[in-house]
Amino acid sequence: MERPLDRVKGLKCRECGRPYPASPVHVCEFCFGPLELDYDYEVIRARISRARVEAGPKSIWRYADLLPLDLESGEPRIGAAVGFTPLVRARNLAEEWGVRELYVKNDSVSHPTCSFKDRVVAMAIGKAREFGFDTVACASTGNLANSVAAHAAQARLRSYIFIPAGLEQGKVTATLVYDPTVVEVAGTYDEVNRLCAEIGDRYHWAFVNINLRPYYAEGSKTYGYEIAEQLGWRAPAHVVVPCAGGSLLTKIAKALQELTLLGLIPERRTSMYAAQAAGCGPIVTMIQKDTDVLTPVRPQTICKSLAIGNPADGYYAYRAAKDSGGYGEYATDEEIVEGMRLLARAEGIFAETAGGVTVAATRKLIESGRIPRDEPIVMCVTGNGLKTPEPLHDRLGSGASIQPSLAAFDRALADLKSKTGT
Amino acid sequence: MGVLVRIPTPLRTLTKGAAEVQADAGTVGDLIEVLERQFPGLKDRLVEDGGQLRRFINIYINQEDIRFLQGATTTLKQGDEVSIVPAIAGGR
Repeated sequence: MERPLDRVKGLKCRECGRPYPASPVHVCEFCFGPLELDYDYEVIRARISRARVEAGPKSIWRYADLLPLDLESGEPRIGAAVGFTPLVRARNLAEEWGVRELYVKNDSVSHPTCSFKDRVVAMAIGKAREFGFDTVACASTGNLANSVAAHAAQARLRSYIFIPAGLEQGKVTATLVYDPTVVEVAGTYDEVNRLCAEIGDRYHWAFVNINLRPYYAEGSKTYGYEIAEQLGWRAPAHVVVPCAGGSLLTKIAKALQELTLLGLIPERRTSMYAAQAAGCGPIVTMIQKDTDVLTPVRPQTICKSLAIGNPADGYYAYRAAKDSGGYGEYATDEEIVEGMRLLARAEGIFAETAGGVTVAATRKLIESGRIPRDEPIVMCVTGNGLKTPEPLHDRLGSGASIQPSLAAFDRALADLKSKTGT
Repeated sequence: MGVLVRIPTPLRTLTKGAAEVQADAGTVGDLIEVLERQFPGLKDRLVEDGGQLRRFINIYINQEDIRFLQGATTTLKQGDEVSIVPAIAGGR
């Protein structure tokens, strides 16, 4: 059972400020605004320090003082090794683009399921256990499905995973292997999500991205904390974030604000940029048209992990980008594939399609002068390319195929050299 | 037209706990007025002062978001199923 945490006052409606006890609810009963964690920052301030964080485990739990999970009783049992992924200095890409300081925050190597969703799921499943649920569930385009299935297995909880039909095979296999109940729904992610909201009303399960959403979303903050700590306790000037529901962008901004408020990093404005596929870019459209009204779209893109036409946090992601002096940019399917190849060729990082979106959007934002070339830029890579190889089929070089003889290799090499002119 | 309306948990205090209610209305806009007469206070929870549907409410007719139809002027047919769903859900 849950016991009260002194740093958590409860939940609070982001719109009207009404308070709620810390419980598995996510929507304000009065205005339907989202509920968020309400922390007592004085309690946190009295406890936290750079030294305390640095002495912590090499995982998201080094920031436990800023998270809503009850860990006083010891180390977390679920998701113990999640987070603290590399912040890679992208020197080759920086040189190609003519920028001074470029980084990739690389969650494609997140433990255990190779996407940033491990952060939010570790939080949600830990909370599901505290609340005493025996069943967890989610609506997902794949990465979340992988992570919920894996962490539910770890926690020995039953799991129901709802996915839209037609997901990449890799993502389906990487869910089924944990033996959850997978329900494939004949519809888009938005339809799956709407269905899950209704299912959640009828069945008393812990839907990680619905009734546990306030806790789940807090996990994304760790991505922002790590960026700041790994930069030597400072905020970057620009962060480009792939947007699906829009939550990650808002939570990275919140993380940097919290660290500033607590005196852990010097004050600096960090401009937030939304990256979306051209075939599903409702948040970028809001930013570029400067309107706070979200117009939902029907997704048409190879980037299925960002194919949310009706993003829950669209409004807040728009606000976070605008208020920080950031912007938004689209990437076409061709640009997404080129972005994936560019990141691999230049930096040796194989990101999923969403990473291709981020790389392509960053390049366009730099070329258009939206992002200056002389300030620190972080690109958020949130998932692994091995999960979504399909768009690369027939678009990559094939090398050579030979008989096992030296003569055959000599001929092939001469052939390859004449083709590439090297 | 007689339609079935699914009520989300936060509004069930107004419908005496009912998760589904029947109503007769010609359009989505009418439906909100009709529901208000049946369950006083409901309209205020769905619609802002200016008459706009609240930002964090989505309405679906037979699983289709009314923003892909004609919004509040979308006409209802006998037997349609209308879902009122809080917008804040999802991740990926």
